Amino acid sequence: MLATLLGWILKQSFNVQPWLAEVVDETANQAPFNARPKLVALTAFLAVVTSFFALMLSAYSLRMELGDWVPLTEPQLLWVNTGVLVLASVAFQWTRNIAVRETAPRLMPGLLLSGALTVAFLAGQLIAWQQLNASGQYMTNNPSNAFFYLLTAIHGLHILGGMYVWARATVRAFGGDVDAVRHSVELCTIYWHFLLLVWLVLFGLMLST
Amino acid sequence: MGYVAIADRDHEIEHHDPQTFITKYIWSQDHKVIAIQYSVTAIFVGLIALGLSAMMRLQLGFPDTFSFINPENYYQFVTMHGMIMVIYLLTALFLGGFGNYLIPLMCGSRDMVFPYLNMLSYWVYLLSVIILLISFFVPGGSTGAGWTLYPPQAILPGTPGVEWGILLMLASLAVFIVAFTMGGLNYVTTVLQARCRGMTLMRMPLSVWGIFIATILGLLAFPALLVSAIMMLLDKTIATSFFMPAISSMGVDPGHTGGSPILFQHLFWFFGHPEVYIVALPAFGIVSDLLSTHARKNIFGYRMMVWAIIAIGGLSFIVWAHHMYVSGMNPYFGFFFATTTLIIAVPTAIKVYNWVLTLWEGNIHLRVPMLFAIAFIFTFIHGGLTGLFLGNVTIDLPLSDTYFVVAHFHMVMGVSPVLVVFGAIYHWWPKITGRMYHEGLGKWHFWMTFLGTYSIYLPMHYLGFAGVPRRYFAMGNTEFMPESAQDLNAWITMSALFVAATQVLFFVNVIWSLTRGPKADPNPWDATTLEWQTPDNPPKHGNWGHELPECHRWAYDYSVPGYKDDFIPQNVPASDAAPAGRDHGVEH
Repeated sequence: MLATLLGWILKQSFNVQPWLAEVVDETANQAPFNARPKLVALTAFLAVVTSFFALMLSAYSLRMELGDWVPLTEPQLLWVNTGVLVLASVAFQWTRNIAVRETAPRLMPGLLLSGALTVAFLAGQLIAWQQLNASGQYMTNNPSNAFFYLLTAIHGLHILGGMYVWARATVRAFGGDVDAVRHSVELCTIYWHFLLLVWLVLFGLMLST
Repeated sequence: MGYVAIADRDHEIEHHDPQTFITKYIWSQDHKVIAIQYSVTAIFVGLIALGLSAMMRLQLGFPDTFSFINPENYYQFVTMHGMIMVIYLLTALFLGGFGNYLIPLMCGSRDMVFPYLNMLSYWVYLLSVIILLISFFVPGGSTGAGWTLYPPQAILPGTPGVEWGILLMLASLAVFIVAFTMGGLNYVTTVLQARCRGMTLMRMPLSVWGIFIATILGLLAFPALLVSAIMMLLDKTIATSFFMPAISSMGVDPGHTGGSPILFQHLFWFFGHPEVYIVALPAFGIVSDLLSTHARKNIFGYRMMVWAIIAIGGLSFIVWAHHMYVSGMNPYFGFFFATTTLIIAVPTAIKVYNWVLTLWEGNIHLRVPMLFAIAFIFTFIHGGLTGLFLGNVTIDLPLSDTYFVVAHFHMVMGVSPVLVVFGAIYHWWPKITGRMYHEGLGKWHFWMTFLGTYSIYLPMHYLGFAGVPRRYFAMGNTEFMPESAQDLNAWITMSALFVAATQVLFFVNVIWSLTRGPKADPNPWDATTLEWQTPDNPPKHGNWGHELPECHRWAYDYSVPGYKDDFIPQNVPASDAAPAGRDHGVEH
C-alpha cells in the first residue's frame, strides 16, 4: 500500500520542472486517482485501520513468544460466523452490482439481506463470547484469551461503524432516494470486503496459535 | 478531460453561508474558523503546560524553597507538561490549526472536502482536552508516569494519579486520536482531491507538502498509541497482562502474569518517533515558505525539498527503537536502529543546506516572521547535531536519562517548532485577522524568546555531560555532581521564568493588533501563494468569491529576471506576467 503511494508520488514529482510556468499538460489537472473524494477518504481510512490491526497483530505475535501463553481453543461457532460474514459480503456485492448497473435499482432486498447477515454475524460473535465465558475462559485467564476478546471486540466495533452507514443508506433507500444511496452502497461493499479480509486474517492467526 | 476538480463542483460541497452567530463562530464548518478554534484551544492548553514547566524549574533551581511542590506534584508537572506540549499543543496547532487554515487556501479550494467532519474533529479534540484538564482535579490528581507512560509503574500504586489520572489520560489520548483521524482524513483527501485547476502536486507550496506528509504519518502512527492505550486501560481496569509482568506491588499481588513492558515501549515509540516528525515536517514546510518569501528568492532545490520530506516521513517509521537503547536490546538490533537514525540525517541535512542556500544572496527582509524562521535554522541545527550523538548507541548509553537528552529534544522539537509557530502566526496574522501587528513588539518578543531559550537549553548540555540525571525531583548529595551544577540550575530557572514572562509581549501584541492595529494590505509581504490572492481580506466563507483561482506557476517565482515586480503570484498566467515582447520566464 505504501509502495503504491510512493510510486504514485514519484510519478507525479519525477521529471517535472515546477519552476516553469504554464508547461502543465491537461492530465495535470486530473485528480490523482481520478476518484471521488469519499472513496479517497475511505481508502485513507482503510489504511489507518490496516495500521491499527497490523500493530495489534504484531503485539499479538510478540506477546505470544512469552512463557505464560496458553493457546485458546476457539469455539466452533466461529466457523459458522465466518460463513455468515462471507455471505454478508456476497450480499453487499450483489446489492452493489444492482446499484451500479441499473437505472432504477431495487436496493431494499439487497440492503436488508446484507444488514440481516451482518447482524447475525455480530450476534454469533456475542454467543461465542458467552460460550467461552460459560466454560470459564475469561479475559483475564491468559493473554491469548485477552487478545481473543479484544480483537473480536474491535473488529465488531468496526462493523458497527459500518452498520451506521448501512442504516443511513437503508433509511434513505426506503424513502426512495436511490441515487443518493448508490455511492454509499459501493463504499459499504468495499468496507465489508475489507472487514471480511481482516476477520479472515484474525481468525486464521488465532486458530493457528 | 474526464475529471472535474471537486472544487469546481460547488453544488456538491455544502456551502450554505452561515447565518447566525452560532453557526458562524461556534458550530462553524468553515475551515478558517475551525483553524482558529483549534489554535486558540491548543495555545490555551500550551500556556497551562508552560506554567507547569515553570513550576518544575522552580523546584530544580531552588530546591526546598517552595512548599507547594512535593515529589508527587513534580512528576505530575513533568508528565502533563510533556504530554500537552507534544500532542495537545504542537500536533493540534500544526495540523488542526495551520493545516486547516492553509491547505484549502494554498490549494485554491473553497473549504475542506468534508466540512462537517472537520467541525466534528475540532469538537472531539476539545472533548479530549476537557478530559485531560479534568484529570487535574480528580482524587489523586493527574498521572505522574512521565509522558511516555511506561508500564509497569504507570499503573501501579506509588505513581501519582494511579487512581484516576492515568485512566483519564489514556481516555483523553484515545479521544484525541479519534479527533485527529477525522481531521487527518480530511486534510489528505482535500490535498488529493480539491486542488484548483493547474495546482499540480509539484506546484504546491512546501507548507502544504509538510502538512500533507505529516498527516499521513499521523494517520499511520497514532493507531500504535491507540493500541497501547487500549491495552494499558485493560491492564489497569480488569487486570489483563498485555504489558504487566508478574509483579508484587507494595506486598500485594495485583494479579498480573508475564506481560511485557518492552512491548509497550515498542508500540509507544512506533508512534512516538513519527510523532517527532508529525511536529517537525509542518515546521519544515512552513519555514521554507517564510524563508523564500522574506528573502525574495525561490526556495533552493524545491524538488529535493519535497523528496526529503517524503524520505524523512518514510524513514521515521524505522528508527523508533533508538529511544530504547537502554532497554537491553540485542546489539544487532541497536546497530540497525543507529544506522537508520543516522541515515535520516541525510535528507534532514539536505533541507538545512537548502534553507541556507535559499538565504544566500537573497534580498533578506528581517521582518518578524523572517527572524523566527532564521532562528529556527539555528536551533534546529543545534538540536539536530546533538541528535547525532544520541543516535549512536555507545554515546547514548552514558548520556541517556541525563539533561543532555532534555536539551536535545527541547532544542529540536520544542524550541524549533515553537519558533516556527510564532513565525507562522506573525506571517499569516495579516491574512487571518486583516490587521497588522506591532513590528517593534514582535521584534522584542523574538529576541527575548530566542536568546532566552538558548540561555535555558545551552547550559543543560553541560549538566548532561556532568551526568546530572533528568526526571529527578531533588539531586541530593551526589558526589559526581559539582556544586556549580546547582548554580547553573538556578540560572536556567531564571532564564525559563524570563522567557515565560516575555510571552506576554506576544499576547499584548495580539490584543493591540485586534483593537487598534492598522488595516493590513491583502498581500503585505508580496507573496506568491494563493492565500494572499483572495478577493477579501480576511477571506470570507468559500474563500474565493465567485470564481476559483487557476494556478499557472509554482509558489516560488520571486525575483524572476526581467519582470517588473519581484514576485509573480501563482494565479498570474504567463501571458499576463511577461513584459511585452517576452516569452514566459524560462531563464532562471
